[in-house]
Amino acid sequence: MERTMKTELPVGVSLTRARRVVRAAVLYLMLLALSLFVLAPIGWMLTAALKPDTAPVFTYPPEWFPTRYWHWSTFTEALLDPSTPFLRYALNSGLLVVLNVVGSVLSCSIIAYPFARLRFRGRGPLFSLLIATMLLPGPVLLIPQFLLFYRIGWYNTYLPLFVPSFTGNAFFIFLLRQYMRTIPPELDEAARIDGAGYWRTFWRIILPLSTPALTVVAVFQALWTWNDFFGPLIYLSDPDKFTVALGLATMVHKVGTQWNEMMAANLVAIIPVLVLYFFAQDKLIGGIASVGLKG
Amino acid sequence: MRRAEERAAYLFLTPWFAGLVFFMAVPLVWAFHASLTDEQLLRPGRLVGLANYVYMFTQDRFFYHSLYITFKWLVITIPLYLVSGLLLSLLLNQKLFGINLFRTILYIPAVLSGVAVAVLWLQLLNPDLGAVNFVLTSLGVSNPPAWMESPTWAMPGAALMGLWGVGGTAVIYLAGLQNISPHLYEAAAIDGAGELAKFRYITLPMLSPTIFFLLINAVIDSLLVFGPMFVLGGTGGPENSLLFYMIYLYRRAFVEGLMGYASALAWVLTLIGCALVFVMFRFERRFVFYEAQE
Repeated sequence: MERTMKTELPVGVSLTRARRVVRAAVLYLMLLALSLFVLAPIGWMLTAALKPDTAPVFTYPPEWFPTRYWHWSTFTEALLDPSTPFLRYALNSGLLVVLNVVGSVLSCSIIAYPFARLRFRGRGPLFSLLIATMLLPGPVLLIPQFLLFYRIGWYNTYLPLFVPSFTGNAFFIFLLRQYMRTIPPELDEAARIDGAGYWRTFWRIILPLSTPALTVVAVFQALWTWNDFFGPLIYLSDPDKFTVALGLATMVHKVGTQWNEMMAANLVAIIPVLVLYFFAQDKLIGGIASVGLKG
Repeated sequence: MRRAEERAAYLFLTPWFAGLVFFMAVPLVWAFHASLTDEQLLRPGRLVGLANYVYMFTQDRFFYHSLYITFKWLVITIPLYLVSGLLLSLLLNQKLFGINLFRTILYIPAVLSGVAVAVLWLQLLNPDLGAVNFVLTSLGVSNPPAWMESPTWAMPGAALMGLWGVGGTAVIYLAGLQNISPHLYEAAAIDGAGELAKFRYITLPMLSPTIFFLLINAVIDSLLVFGPMFVLGGTGGPENSLLFYMIYLYRRAFVEGLMGYASALAWVLTLIGCALVFVMFRFERRFVFYEAQE
């Protein structure tokens, strides 16, 4: 293309330039159409949530963006209505997010450390075992785990929903191990010479240096816990203990649900995720990329 | 010194061992034992041998139906999502002003919870007043489908919902695309390769490890699909057209309380999953191209 521009007549120049402009225009058009496909349903949801009880949620044609109603109190209704207390659900979900994030970050970094930086007999086979458990589909384990937790009296408590995170997650351990291996070994040696034990070396040197990878773990864990549905569905029976996802699924199948409130509740579930997404976008996408590329 | 290092390593690994034993090994063995009993939630079971498995394979019509539904989903959605995700990633890989904004927007549905997305799409797919049918009617479709109220259209509706989140697949492809060295394309351009030839002989082979990774994930995810389908169709959907395997397992375990039978179902699903993953790894060498390790 460069060559054409130098040697050919001005007609050719404008032709290639025209082609480039058309190409860009077509690409932008496709991107805009796809963005509309993604954003329009979210706009419709916001419009529905902002309607008062008296206005029909479904209109023909559908309203994609709120212009007529700005009835914010639908949100307070959804959050505080005693039959669907979404504020309560959000606080429950939030508590579980905090417990799971703390559990995962602590346990996974502790477990990843020896895999990344210590030499011990059985490291190879144990690491293979770790990878094998990564392939074992989690929800299949949920049924047998349920039997166990039910028998030891953990049913209708939060224990089954956060205690397992304190024993590590294979995928996160793998991710942290890969990251810790990139830290120069001289740092451990220097710490060792200064008389630091393994725990101090880990806690003072390796852990702080692993902050970027730990953030990825925290963001993913927060997202998974907030969005988790199967766990709360099978373990929680007391409506006061429901999480947001469970509250939504219950509300959608209840007779006489107000759809504007339903959509407001849905936004309550979605907005924290969107906020997290916009702040931690590079962590999320970077984390996904690193997993996708391990091949 | 070596001794101390080894002891420290095993101390660090203790939480993992605890999890392996209590949350994996014990439940798995227990579940295997349970699958040989007529255990129910509130009543310990008696050993019934292989009766659960025999019943499942010889008499349980719903078992075969849920397998059929799950595999139908797998066959419809995996090619659909893998191909559309690839096309989307090619688009998002273009060097255009503001492309990052489009990437951000198109990835949004992938971070949302499956339940929340399903709650939204259940409304969009409302047969009479939903937005999807409005768009279809405006495009000239005279009698648009009844989606979640029709046994024929429930699954296509669910697949459409999944297409909304295909940005998640595209982002992983995108990471793979950006890892391909530009020199390869330059060399091909010198040899006179056109866009299609470059795609066929450079992009696809270089992307094959990513495709393989996505395929494995997609197969496992399809076998385990649950939350969104539970919102869309409850415990089966119209005429059980959304009776996915995990939904059926849930029904047996938690609606009917038949834990022994549900454990047997869980074991069969695990074995099917392992078999599929094994087969895919067997074919990996033939279809996946790995660059020589430096």
